[in-house]
Amino acid sequence: MKLRDLTELAVRNLRESVLRNSLTTLGVAVGVASLVAMLSLGVGLQQLATSRLSKSGLFDTVFVTPKFNMRSGPQSQAGAAPDGEPRLLDETTRQELTKLPNVIEVFPQIRFPTEVRFDSKPYPTVVAGMPQSSRLSGSFDGMVGNFFSGESADEAILQIEFAKDLSKDTNSLIGKTLAIRYAERQPLADSSGGFSIIPKERQLKIIGIVETEPASGFGGFGNGRLLIPLGVAQSLRATQINDLRDAVRGGPAKPTYPSLTVRAKSTSDVDAIEAAVKKMGFGAFSLLDASKSLKIFFGVFDLILGLFASLALAVATLGIVNTLVMAILERRREIGVLKALGASDGDVKTLFFFEAGVMGFLGGIGGVLFGWLIGRGLNLATNIYLKRRDLPSIEVSSVPAWLVFVAITFAVVISLVAGFYPASRAAKLNPVEALRYE
Amino acid sequence: MTATPASTIQNAIQLDHVSRHYTLATTTIRAVDDVSLTIRTGEFVALLGSSGSGKSTLLNLMAGLDRPTSGAIRADGKNLAELSSLELARYRRNTIGMVFQSFNLLPRMTLAENVELPLRLAEVDHAERDARVAEALQRVRLDKRTRHRPSELSGGEQQRTAIARALVNRPKILFADEPTGNLDSATGETIMNLLLEIQSGLGMTIIMVTHERPLAEKYATRLAIMGDGKLLSDGTLSGAKQ
Repeated sequence: MKLRDLTELAVRNLRESVLRNSLTTLGVAVGVASLVAMLSLGVGLQQLATSRLSKSGLFDTVFVTPKFNMRSGPQSQAGAAPDGEPRLLDETTRQELTKLPNVIEVFPQIRFPTEVRFDSKPYPTVVAGMPQSSRLSGSFDGMVGNFFSGESADEAILQIEFAKDLSKDTNSLIGKTLAIRYAERQPLADSSGGFSIIPKERQLKIIGIVETEPASGFGGFGNGRLLIPLGVAQSLRATQINDLRDAVRGGPAKPTYPSLTVRAKSTSDVDAIEAAVKKMGFGAFSLLDASKSLKIFFGVFDLILGLFASLALAVATLGIVNTLVMAILERRREIGVLKALGASDGDVKTLFFFEAGVMGFLGGIGGVLFGWLIGRGLNLATNIYLKRRDLPSIEVSSVPAWLVFVAITFAVVISLVAGFYPASRAAKLNPVEALRYE
Repeated sequence: MTATPASTIQNAIQLDHVSRHYTLATTTIRAVDDVSLTIRTGEFVALLGSSGSGKSTLLNLMAGLDRPTSGAIRADGKNLAELSSLELARYRRNTIGMVFQSFNLLPRMTLAENVELPLRLAEVDHAERDARVAEALQRVRLDKRTRHRPSELSGGEQQRTAIARALVNRPKILFADEPTGNLDSATGETIMNLLLEIQSGLGMTIIMVTHERPLAEKYATRLAIMGDGKLLSDGTLSGAKQ
């Protein structure tokens, strides 16, 4: 039989016992809906986690350090300069790194201890310089106030815990001025590599308060509770830990950075940049491996969710088997007529397969719709909960196009498998006995 | 429809020592027992016999719905006993048409759809189907009722629809299993006249199973009488209607 005829006959047969077939199809839809809802939750959580992490800049970033360990000295001679000394991270190196392929920007990590004076009281803390690009990291989403107006603006953003130290009413801090006291590094005139430390003070206007510590726990931003523009941080020439190391080693006169952050165009460029940096004689580290582990974790998570959800679909397939076996009993005479008119065993089998497939297809479409609605419900409920706690809204459930395709295909395939036994049974019916059936 | 020229006398179907035995527990039932019969093209043969005589079993064997336990059934140049299941289906689809006592129309389909069913199975082009359905329904004078469902028709009309369905694929042989069994005598006469008209008009071979001897004698050109699975007698009727 032609495909069009098979489809017409299958749909016509399904319409004959509309209630029973609708309930069976609904069973498939419920199974698919549970599958879609579960997987959409897995996909949504994965997207949430990866987008937050990728926005944080950790996964498109290579952290560069000199091959010099404070505990054991030079780690290897591979990165040694011609004179045998390990290469240091200075402005020349920064420019070299900027020229590497697929590098967006290279900036130093500047972090130094300070004493904040506010309302005539001292508050010791750590200052961190933030590049303008960190605005897009996601860390400043939902912040109170504004981001820095420019690289050289005398402005400060406070981490919420530090802001609480300054005032119980943190929002009232916006617009007020504080002073930071720090140790400025001034090279000695004798080119010995030594330097003087001069206490300095700088007035900064508080323009914002941020919930999280941007990229906390890693690199130069870790534990920075008072954030200032990177340009300002560089201009302060505040003494950092590598200054002491450089003085002990007897030079150089020009300032160096404890580490540099190299931002790649995309995560796929990170490996190549990391290799190039290492080749230049520096230590390089990225969190890309952590990202890969995250993907594996969510892959397993999705698999487990999918397996549980598939149980509902497995139950639904039993419904298809039951419905089609009942249909064979009811339509035994019709099968006999079809065979008497020239239908082959294959035609009868294909007809029942089609009926199973149509139920699976319709159930798949219905299931995707139900699953999507469940996902919407989950998002709504989650965001109501978050809104009550003044937290930004998120999407915990997501139904991508591939999930729609996979769910419908899976429903059809499972239905065809379920239809195999009834279809074979129908095909094997003896036409003489079938025609005699009342 | 294509008519077989009356001058071309050849065998439509030939049975050589055909038997069909069933085994129930330890008992062997000889439904058809060593029957040999040759039916020529264009004949109207009535298989007559009482209930359980084996006439319907013999018809099913000739129609390719069942396989003989032994013997050979030659039709359309092939031995049906040796055909695969798929080849038998093709034989039923292209070579024969069947009419049943209980009409066997599909209740959810209209007349036209019922008649179209063999064309679907034979994968006839959609463009050609409508014309062939109309032609078949016109032949049985039901061309005004194409959109009706079987339940809206009388028994005679349903049987005429079944005949149209049997004719639509232009078969060489028409098998009719008690075609008037569920009809009153007047309607039965109408159906028999229609079959006679088809036989004479199209030169089609008709093999009809019946237990009504007067009906068989009135319309058939040849009478084959069955009893206990055996062919008891086989003879041409001189008074058969043409």
